Amino acid sequence: MGNYYQQELECAPREKIKAIQDEGLVKTVKKVYENVEYYRKKMDEKGVKPEDIKSQEDLYKLPFLTKEDLREAYPYGLMAEPLENCVRIQSTSGTTGRRVVAFYTQHDIDLWEECCARAIMAAGGTNKDVVQVSYGYGLFTGGPGLNGGSHKVGCLTLPMSSGNTDRQLQFMTDLEATIICCTPSYAAYLAESIYERGIRDKIKLKAGIFGAEAWTEEMRQDIQDKLGIKAYDIYGLTEISGPGVSFECEEQTGMHINEDHFIAEIIDPDTGEVLPEGSVGELVFTSIDKEAFPLLRYRTRDICVLSREKCSCGRTHVKMSKPMGRSDDMLIVKGVNVFPSQIEQVLLQKGLTSNYQIIVDREKNSDTIEVLVEMTSELFSDSVGEITAKEKDVVAGLKSMLGIYAKVRIVEPKSIIRSEGKAVRVIDRRNLYKK
Amino acid sequence: MAIKQISVFVENKTGSMVECTSLLAKAGIDLKAMSIAEEQEFGILRLIASDTYTAVTTLKDAGYVVNVKDVVVAEMIDQPGGAGDIIALLAENNISIKYMYAFAGKKSANLILRVDDPAKCENLLKQKGIKLIQESI
Repeated sequence: MGNYYQQELECAPREKIKAIQDEGLVKTVKKVYENVEYYRKKMDEKGVKPEDIKSQEDLYKLPFLTKEDLREAYPYGLMAEPLENCVRIQSTSGTTGRRVVAFYTQHDIDLWEECCARAIMAAGGTNKDVVQVSYGYGLFTGGPGLNGGSHKVGCLTLPMSSGNTDRQLQFMTDLEATIICCTPSYAAYLAESIYERGIRDKIKLKAGIFGAEAWTEEMRQDIQDKLGIKAYDIYGLTEISGPGVSFECEEQTGMHINEDHFIAEIIDPDTGEVLPEGSVGELVFTSIDKEAFPLLRYRTRDICVLSREKCSCGRTHVKMSKPMGRSDDMLIVKGVNVFPSQIEQVLLQKGLTSNYQIIVDREKNSDTIEVLVEMTSELFSDSVGEITAKEKDVVAGLKSMLGIYAKVRIVEPKSIIRSEGKAVRVIDRRNLYKK
Repeated sequence: MAIKQISVFVENKTGSMVECTSLLAKAGIDLKAMSIAEEQEFGILRLIASDTYTAVTTLKDAGYVVNVKDVVVAEMIDQPGGAGDIIALLAENNISIKYMYAFAGKKSANLILRVDDPAKCENLLKQKGIKLIQESI
């Protein structure tokens, strides 16, 4: 049997979970209708009143929320609590311009951290463990989430944040970290660094909690073999709270969604229709007990499948598969959200209107991104220096827009692959999603 | 009047120059001078052709990105200092050379110069008695 943070909730009978969900949903819909003008308008447009929502069976009546809504409502448009009750914001990575900002009351922070505590205990963590949190700290939810969860379990928490590998390994060995929390790419990188330094026998890790980017079973196997640990998946999004929305148990066959806090639906991304159990579709979350920033029917754009098969760990909450793809064109490169439209915007700003292509790949456990742009006569000067200066200018523009370094290469006209006449905009060679 | 030089953008991959030169050969173009400026992933192939108009049309039709610039072609005396003297002359008169290359013609060795102001450069060279090729190579 498992190691639980809140056994009576994590292993609750289905009737109890449903009752919690229905009650929470009704309360949240009422609260949002009364306090969030942006969403009230959407409900009114659809002709839905709070009284129409009596249980989760009525969920389909409510309008969806998307990232675009969150950007439009920035900053305070979706808040359901007065500002003075809020104690923190977190913000998603990667975008410039109108960001997505999530607000938290202390209660919201506690709920979020409890979810992360569940994840840590599901990975075998107890207050005797030393947890190294190597996700970024700051606006990004990775670090703060696992940090809070680790505190709640009572572990010794090492707030390393990301980067500075020498320091990571020094503390890992000197303080005998037993659980590591970071992105899967960084875990693979740490494994290599450990091997290079010949300090494998000094490592006391038994488990790792990895997320914030897509990773395959092959990558899991690789990390497990190289570090001699059990590698657990964790999932979340800032809009819903952060990491910990769902987490893997010892079975490692999917992530338990914390159903006493969120209702999950699978919809057809094109029609919005709710799909029957076992269908592959877009994951939608509804918060039932958040105070400051409760979202109803938020479309994650992640494609996955839900399973209610009995889990040997004893937890009764529904399991979601690893995301199998996205219903939009967003990429996650080096942990940062990248939309092809952002790249196109930079190219246009720099006067490049010709065909372009984005190639994402992986070299030595690290994501790479390259933008190919076709040469045109307007762009062609007789000087090599001018062409390379242009490439550098675009690189700088992309770094400013995306926050990451993207290589830029100007290529021969008509050399970019087309499929049925349409240019193939993105080639992702990382093969992150199981087909 | 200056000589026309054709610049062609080529990617640094096997066969890109072969493709370009054989295309021109098929179109009956005779290359008089050639040079390539390289960067890591691409190069600019610079050509002086027997028939600039046909060469440019052929390349553009085949999808190449091409442009045409005026270059100054000066005859060098075939002895030590032949090139150096011309270069020194330009430096003395603050004419900046973007790039240059040379070829041996039937009657002389010639220096091809790309400068900001071809007319000014030609006048200077003529004044100093340096012979220029201005019609065709």
